Formats: sequence, structure tokens, C-alpha cells
Amino acid sequence: SQTKKSLFSDPRSVWFISSPSCVMFLWHTVKWADSLLIFITFSVRSQDIRNTVGNIPMEWYKDYPHIGYDLEGKKIFKPIRNKDELDEFLDKMENPDYWRTVQDKMTGADIRLSDEQVDLVHRLQQGKFGDVNFNEYEPAIDFFSNEVMIHPVTNRPQDKRSFIPSLIEKEKVGKLVHAIKMGWIKPHRPKETTPQYYDLWAKEDPNSILGRHKMHIPAPKMKLPGHEESYNPPPEYLMSEEERLAWEQQDPEYRKLSFLPQKFACLRAVPAYSRFIHERFERCLDLYLCPRQRKMRVNVNPEDLIPKLPKPKDLQPFPTTQSLVYRGHSSLVRSISISPSGQWLVSGSDDCTVRFWEVSTARCLKTVEVGGAVKGVAWNPNPSICLVAVSYDDTVVLLNPGLGDRLVCTATDQLISSYEEPEEVKDQPVQWAVAEGEGHEQGHRLILKHPKAVRQVTWHGKGDYLACVMPDNGNSLQVVIHQVSKRRTQNPFRKNKGLVQCVSFHPIRPYFFVATQRYVRVYNLIKQELTKKLMANCKWISSMAIHPGGDNVICGSYDCRLAWFDLDLSTKPYKVLRHHKKALRSVAYHRHYPLFASGSDDGNVIVCHGMVYNDLLQNPLIVPVKVLKGHTITHDLGVLDVTFHPTQPWVFSSGADGTVCLFT
Amino acid sequence: MFSISSLFFFFCEPPVEITDVYTVSICELIHASHRRLCILKGIYPHEPKHKKKVNKGSTAPRTFYLLKDIRFLLHEPIVGKFREYKIFVRKLRKAYGKAEWSGVQRMKENKPAYKLDHIIKERYPTFIDAVRDVDDALSMSFLFSTFARTGKCHVQTIQLCRRLSVEWMNYIIASRSLRKVFLSIKGIYYQAEVLGQTITWIIPYQFAHDHPTDVDYRVMATFTELYTTLLGFVNFRLYQTLNLVYPPKLDGQGEFSLKSECEEDYALESESYSEKLSALSASLARTVPLVEDEEAELDLFPAEGEDLEKMEAREKIELEQNEQKKLFEGLKLFLNREVPRESLAFVIRCFGGQVSWDKSLCIGSTYDETDETITHHIVDRPTIDKQYINRYYIQPQWVYDCVNGKILLPVEEYFLGVTLPPHLSPFVEESEGDYVPPEKLKLQALQRGEKPQAEDDEEEEEEEEEDDDDEDDQSEDEDEANLAEMEEKRAQGKSLSVKVTPGKVKPENRMRAEQEEKAEEKRLAIMMMKKKEKYLYDKIMFGKKRHVREANKLAAKRKAHDDSNKADKKKKKKKKC
Repeated sequence: SQTKKSLFSDPRSVWFISSPSCVMFLWHTVKWADSLLIFITFSVRSQDIRNTVGNIPMEWYKDYPHIGYDLEGKKIFKPIRNKDELDEFLDKMENPDYWRTVQDKMTGADIRLSDEQVDLVHRLQQGKFGDVNFNEYEPAIDFFSNEVMIHPVTNRPQDKRSFIPSLIEKEKVGKLVHAIKMGWIKPHRPKETTPQYYDLWAKEDPNSILGRHKMHIPAPKMKLPGHEESYNPPPEYLMSEEERLAWEQQDPEYRKLSFLPQKFACLRAVPAYSRFIHERFERCLDLYLCPRQRKMRVNVNPEDLIPKLPKPKDLQPFPTTQSLVYRGHSSLVRSISISPSGQWLVSGSDDCTVRFWEVSTARCLKTVEVGGAVKGVAWNPNPSICLVAVSYDDTVVLLNPGLGDRLVCTATDQLISSYEEPEEVKDQPVQWAVAEGEGHEQGHRLILKHPKAVRQVTWHGKGDYLACVMPDNGNSLQVVIHQVSKRRTQNPFRKNKGLVQCVSFHPIRPYFFVATQRYVRVYNLIKQELTKKLMANCKWISSMAIHPGGDNVICGSYDCRLAWFDLDLSTKPYKVLRHHKKALRSVAYHRHYPLFASGSDDGNVIVCHGMVYNDLLQNPLIVPVKVLKGHTITHDLGVLDVTFHPTQPWVFSSGADGTVCLFT
Repeated sequence: MFSISSLFFFFCEPPVEITDVYTVSICELIHASHRRLCILKGIYPHEPKHKKKVNKGSTAPRTFYLLKDIRFLLHEPIVGKFREYKIFVRKLRKAYGKAEWSGVQRMKENKPAYKLDHIIKERYPTFIDAVRDVDDALSMSFLFSTFARTGKCHVQTIQLCRRLSVEWMNYIIASRSLRKVFLSIKGIYYQAEVLGQTITWIIPYQFAHDHPTDVDYRVMATFTELYTTLLGFVNFRLYQTLNLVYPPKLDGQGEFSLKSECEEDYALESESYSEKLSALSASLARTVPLVEDEEAELDLFPAEGEDLEKMEAREKIELEQNEQKKLFEGLKLFLNREVPRESLAFVIRCFGGQVSWDKSLCIGSTYDETDETITHHIVDRPTIDKQYINRYYIQPQWVYDCVNGKILLPVEEYFLGVTLPPHLSPFVEESEGDYVPPEKLKLQALQRGEKPQAEDDEEEEEEEEEDDDDEDDQSEDEDEANLAEMEEKRAQGKSLSVKVTPGKVKPENRMRAEQEEKAEEKRLAIMMMKKKEKYLYDKIMFGKKRHVREANKLAAKRKAHDDSNKADKKKKKKKKC
């Protein structure tokens, strides 16, 4: 049959068929010429000693005397092999057929290969077919060709499924039909007929612009390049070595230029810019990740920002030049005060002296030594009394300098000596003592011993009351008011809130101002109650002055501010001036002229025009008119005290350099 | 000030941690393609007024979008298309996995596509809006067209970008609307005025890109998708305004009707047309034939006062522009092979010049190097072997400087092997107080029509001056020596008697006094400024001072450089002597 022919068309199988018992092994052994030899032996055997162990590795019988079993089940014993190496060698030398002798592993016998067999081995080794006559290039005969054969190739009857319609296929087709009916499946997507680009804005309809388009902020365009980006920039745009180093060390985010300017001799030499794609990418990121915001660019002329103020020239008189310097103190002058007539000046210094000067000549008329660094001096404002209060350590001394009208001086002495002890002596916080002996000669009249160091003394306008400040945190006794004529002392406040910095009497009404670190409290002395609390908006008030009209207060502070309060307006400052560079030490109002001055650690005295109008609707006008410089800064201290002349537009200032200056 | 009306913010940046249920639902929907949508729709984040309030007390930097913007995104039909595409990709992957090749084929045929036309229309409701915003589109398109056709993005995108950018360049040539060119170290900047809008774009130098790894090309690709659409529509409309055929066709009457020989070697049959277009050497076909001297004169309206002045100014500018447009007219230039051909051809053609190059360099050359009528030969190498007598051999910077200067500059400074004068940025407009480089001053003088002084004369003069200075110095030295002698004599004689010299009357300088007074007034007024205004004032003054400082620094640097140069020259001369 046809199948048989195909099977035997292989020449190797043809050859094996001659040994029918080996057909079983046929497929396993085709490729291996080595194992082929075994089968060759079978085919040549004359006597039929057949080993029945089958195709097993023969080394399994290595340790046994036999090598297998024959057809009758008897052991086949290994042939006796007692050839040693020498015999082997001799055999090799002598036996001409040694090379064609092989050992049959199955029987252990030596077999001499015949010429045909040797030839066959050679042919197989060369990869040729075993059969000499086999033509490997025979023309192929197609089984299934266009020629109709009379006999079928296979005679198998057809399956049943070949003439029963498939259910699975039916289901599939049904699904497809359904999908086509529903329009889910389309043979081809309909081709686009519109061109890729067309006139998109053919019908520009302004009504179709969305509302949101008006809110849209278009992205700003990229910055245009400057000269430094040129491939051949002017030499000044190239970076010097230091600039380059600085540029390299800078964080890329903070660099002013994102690239190093470079110069190339010709266009040919310009290389590719390595960050080009980066920059494009960053632009993309900016476009879609940067929050956009419309910002109004401040486009103002800086000159317009400067307020239009009346010219200082039109606001004269005010002190403009330094005309006199009062020298004599060897240490810083903490406090100065002027007599109500304006003829004398008293100054207290850290060198434990109080000096009296004639204002017009700058002559020191009198020097009074006291027992400590003088913290404060205050001339009695009453012109009929000639008395100066001097505070040092915990003592306040009332001096009669004996200057000016002799009648006044004697009247003052009489006033003090005419004191009569009251019948019932009250326990007072301060000890009053009358100066005697040498002190009396120097001018000391009354000595007031306080429990603590006194920082400031100030007189009431009438000249009978004297207020002293003893700053102490957390103690009730910080402010005391003395009545000189009755030698009586009051402690007005049962309890003080905060550290009292300075106090002042109202010039007209019975009010009393107490400045603590941050607030100024205004007390009504008759009603004995708090009327106002002014918020200074500064860290630490240093000084305070009351306008002679009584409705305005200025406060200087250590954080360089000067606050002007309008008591009728608010408890907050009407205006805060920051014109000093350093801490303010002292402020003062002029008694008649609309002037006020402030002295500061930066060595300047700034005189301002501060006009207060009678009209309640009009706010005070404040104009700085002059910066006066005259003191040298010593130990980081400049001007310590300023005070105005009572009648003239003159200002006195005392400084840390031990001088007092008069500006006229 | 821009105010945000609805203060419903939420941020949409991973990690998303939203507690509000309402916002979660929105965010889930959009999160996947959020970035892409925002780019396409032009949605940008907003900076909330009260950042802490919105951010639940945290001050960490986060991106906030307006809720209404996000809602607006959700209404976009393209969201559906994106979803479709996502599903398509998933199905395709599955089909591949199952090796259903017919299915794959079918799916690929039915690949969902989307168009961005409506988005462009919505973002740019009027044509002029689109033109205004075309800057970035151009830069991006030019960049993408220089990419290699492998790797970073689809070949189709690159081809489209190339096509659009060539179309754009052809339009600029046809409309002659190029105004400024700048050779920077980053690339070449071009500025054109299209329909009254100033448009600037940058083209990198022709090198292979070293693609950075820290750049997200997907973002760039999304932008490019949008930009190519925009640019296509803009080009179409622009071509229409000039009565040009779109897509561009070469003018049939030109030299190109004859097929050149080397064409086949240069490009494939399919590509040769686009290559010829991109050679930029031929004019484009028009739908309506161009009539010469078509320039319609403006109707003159009687105007008075300010209007008249304005009109005159406008006319003057127009005249100048017209002249600039014809800058290179009548010139015949030839490009040597080492110069950037495309850029130069583009610029020269924009200003009416004729340009050609070697046949083997690029397709579309119109005449040979041997042409006797060539006026300028652009070379970028120190020497050239064979030189023709009747033409100038100049360096490429000349062309660009001429364009920026709006006049034909003298060619002497641009000859072969000559050190080039600095190339200045045409985009810098110096206001008062700014530093102006001397080259710019020179150029301005040239523009005004003043003739530059011969440099040699200047130098000689300077030298003479310097000699004078030396003499002065010598005389001063002598004076000093005399004085010293006198003093010595005095010291020796020791007959110094105390002298009282009559005091001199200090002349009161009234001007000075006045100035001082004014200065003091100002100082005092500054004291009275409010805190806020003072801050602003200080800031402005600081900025001004810094400006002045920088200008001074530049000037000083330049002076030092010039001085050192002069010294070098002197030395050389002395050596020669």
C-alpha cells in the first residue's frame, strides 16, 4: 500500500528489516553508528546465541559472571578474558584484523567486521546513506496533486460532525449578526471627508466667546534675549573670572543669567546649546503648572510719593544753627532745665555736679556738688520762686541757686523756713530734712530721702507740687507727689501697673500723666480715677511731653518712634514719626511757638513744627523743619535731654559728650 | 486686580487626599488624563487668596485649581474620546495576547481618533487671538522638526512639525514680515510682525540633540499635538489672506519647472516636493495672480493737531518698514557650504534678495558659484582659495546685522578673516539711564546718515592727545618738585614766622545753596512719609540705584577693556618701530 511504501522509502529501515528481531529498536538507534555495531553483529551471527536482556545498559551486568540469558533462559556467561595489556599490545601488533575487530557488548565476543560492514561504517561516518544505490535526490511525488486518482488516499469514513451544523458556530454567527444589526460592528470606519486644516475662523461670532474667556489670563511671552546672549557679545557683557566663579557657585535657581555669556570668533564655531530642550520643557511646565495672577505693576513716580508739606522757610521761626556750647561737665549730662525767666540754665551730670549757666554768655556761674550722679534736674516753673529740684541716687535736693532777682531768692528762702510743723505728724514714705551747714551755703535747702533711686523729678505748673519717679517693677511705690510748702508726700497710686518711665502734670487741668513701658495713663487727680489710657504702639516709652494747650501729648520711645497723641481724637497715636535712626531719649514742646523737638542716640535733635489748631475739626499739622547736629556720639549715646527756651524759639540739648548746646 | 469669584479650590496633584466626597468623585474621573486635558484646554492653576484656609491650615506648596475650571473640563467631549482610546488600547493588548491577528487588524483599522479643532476654536475665539499666541507653538514646532526620526516621538509628528514650520517660513517670506534676527548662543531668534502682532520664535542650531533624561516628553508631545493643530489652522488662514494656495505649491513659472539633474540623487520622488519647498528658494503659487504695484495708497484724511502728528509718525514708520522690506533687493548672494543655509536663505529671501548655494549642498539652488552677477558671497572660514574679483566675500553676521540695523552696513568690517564687530541683540531697547554699548551708538549714527570717522584718524588723534597728557604730567611733576624744594629750603632756614594771611571771602554759591535747601526739604519730607509709602519709595529708589550701578559697571568694564586693547596696540607698534 501507499503507506508501506512511504515507510520503506527510508534506506536505513530497509537495511534493518533484514534482522526482524531488531525492528523494535529501530527508532532509537538510527542516529548512533556506535550502537549500530551491535545490530550489525546480530545480522551476521550464524549460530543463534541471542541475549534476551533487551536494550539495557550492559554495565548492569558488570559485576556478574554472566552477561544475560539466551532464548531458553540459560545464562550466557562472559567469555573468559584474561588478556593483559601486553597481550593486547601483541595482538594489536600481530593481528592484521585488529582494527576491524569489535567486541559485542551483548555477548562479550569479538567480531571481525567484514569488508561490506567496514564500508558501511565508513559511509555512515561520512554522513552518507547506507545503501549505495539509494538516490537521495529522487523527484518528489505529491500525494495530493491535481491529478485525480481512482483510489482515495485514505479510506476513512466521514465524521458525523461533518454533516451536522455546528451549534457553537451558530451561536457565534448569531452574535455577529446581532452586532451588525445593532450597528456595533461596522466593516470600515467612514473616512473623514473634511480636510485636516480649513478656515476655522470663517465665522467669527463675537457672541460665541465664552464668559470665561474674559477671565482668561494669557500666558506672558518669554523674555527676549539681551546683548549678553549673543554669540559674539560686546566685551563688557562677558564675565570676568571672579564673576564666573561666583556664577558657578550660585544656586541655579537664583542665577540672574541662566547661561554663561560666551564669545565665538565665527558663526561656524557656535556649538549646540545643551539646555535647549530643557528650556522648552520648562516653558511648557510654566504654561500649564504656573498659577497665573494679574498683578498691577506699581508705576509711580517716586517723587509723587513724597508728601507735599509746607516749606520749612514759611514755618519760621525755629532753631537752625548751633550758636553756643556750654562746656564744663566732665561726664554725660543727663538732664537740663531752664529757669522760667529764660535767663539761667541748670544741668545735672554724671560727674556728680549740678552747674548753673547764664544762657546768653554760656558762662558757668555756679557749680554745686552733690553726692551722686545727677539723674534729673527741674527748675521750678513759678517765676516768684527760685528753686531747683535735683535728683541723685535716692535723694531729691531742692536747691536755691541764688541767681537772678535777690528778692525772689530771699522770698524763696523765707518760704522754706516759714514752714511750721503740723500738730499731728503723719507717717510719710519720704523723709524731709532741712539742709544745714556747708550744704546750706551751697544752696541746699531741703533734702528728701526716698526709699529707692529717683529717676525723674517734675514740677507742677504752679510750683508747689513736685512729682518723683522711682521705677521699680512690681512695687506699689513708684510715683510720689510732694507738696513743698507743707512738706507733705503723697503716694497717689496704691498699685502701679508696669514699670513707670516718666510722669507729667497737665499744664492747666488737674490731670496727671503716667507713662509706663507701653501705655500712657491719664489720671484725674480730683476725681481720683483713670480717665484715659493711651496706647503708644511702641516697645518702650522713654520720654513724654505735654502740649501747653494740654490736649496733645508726644511720646518718644527706645524703638526710634515718636508718637503724637491727640487726646480728643483717639487713644491711639494720631501720627507716628520714625525720623530718628536710633532710640529717642527726650522730647519737648515749646511753650509758645508751635514747635517740638526730639533728641536721640544718633546725635541729632530734630525740630518739628507741630501746629495745633483751635478748630476741633482740623488735625494738628506736623512738619519736620530742621535736623540739628552738634553732639558727638560717645559710648553709643548721643543727645540725652532737650528743652526749649521759655520765650525764644531756641532749643537746648545736652549730650553724652558732656556738653550742652544752644541752637537758635 | 483679578479676583477669584468662587473660592472652591481643590488641588489635583498626587498624592490626592481629599476628604470631601463631592470633590473625590470629580477627581477620580479626571485624574488619569488630567494633565493632558489641562494642557489642551489651557486650564492653569490659581493661587488662592487665603492659602492656609484652602489648604486646611497647612502651608505646604500645592497646586490649586478652581472647581469651576475642573467642572468645565468635565464637559469637554474629548474626555469621552480619551476614555474610548484607553479602552481601545486595552482591547488591542488583549487581542495581541490571544494572538487574534485578524482582530488586531480590524481594531487597528478602527482606531478611535480625536480632533482638537473645537478646542482651538474655543481657546482662540478670534483669529487674532490665535496669532498672538503662536510664539510657543512655533518654537516647539521648529524644535520637534529638528528631532531625529527615531525614538523620542512619532515620525508623523516630526514630519508634520517640519511641514508646518516650512509653511510658516514660506508665509513669512511671501509676506516679507520678518523684522529682527538674533544669533544667540542658544539658537537663532526671529521676530516677525504678522497682522500687527509681534511674534518671536527660536530655532536651535542644526545639531543632533542630546536628549536629556529629566524631561518628560509626554508633556512636550501633548503640547505639540495642540500646537500643530493651532499652527495648521493659522497657516491656512494666513495663506488665505495673501491669496496663496494652501497647502503651498511652488510657483510654476519659476526656475523649478525645469527638473534639475541632481534631484533624484538628493531625495526620493515622494519627498522631493516638500524638500524643494523647504529649500525656500522659490516663490509660492497664488490663487489670484499678483499684480505689481498693487500697493494701495492710504486715503488721506484731513487731520489736525495731535492726530496729524500721530499720522505723520505712523507714515514715517510705514515708510521705514517698506524700505526695510526691500533691504536686499537687487543683491545676489551665494552661500558657501559651511554657513547655516536655511537660516540665511530664509532671512535673505525675506528681504527680497536672491540667494543660491552649491548644487550638491541642497536641492533648489538657482545659480552657480561661477555666476558673474553675484554681488556677495557668504563664507564662514578664514580664507578661500578661488576668489572672484567682482563680489564681496563676507561673513554671515553681515546679513543679520544689516537686517537689525535696517540698512546695508559697510562690508569692510565683515570681510574674510577679519575680527567681527560684536553682534548686538535687536530686542534691547535702551531707555534713559541704561547702558548703551558703543557699537549701538555707532549703528544709530549710521542710521541717521552720519558717516563714520575713519578709525585710523581717531587712533592717531587719540595718540596725540595722550602725548599731550604726558606732557601735562611732566609739567605737573616739575611743579611738585619745585614745591618740595621750596619746603626744604624753608625747613633749613627755620625762619618760619607766624603769618596772618588775610581771610578770603567765601563766595556764596547761590545755586548750590538753593540745591542744598531743596535737598534738605526733600529729606525732611521723606521723614514724614507713611510707612507703606516709605517702603515703596525705598524699593523704587533701591531699584533705580541698582540699575545705575549695573550700567556703571558695564561702562567701567568696557573702558578697562578698551584701555588694555589700546595699550596692546601701542606695544605692538613700538615693537615694529
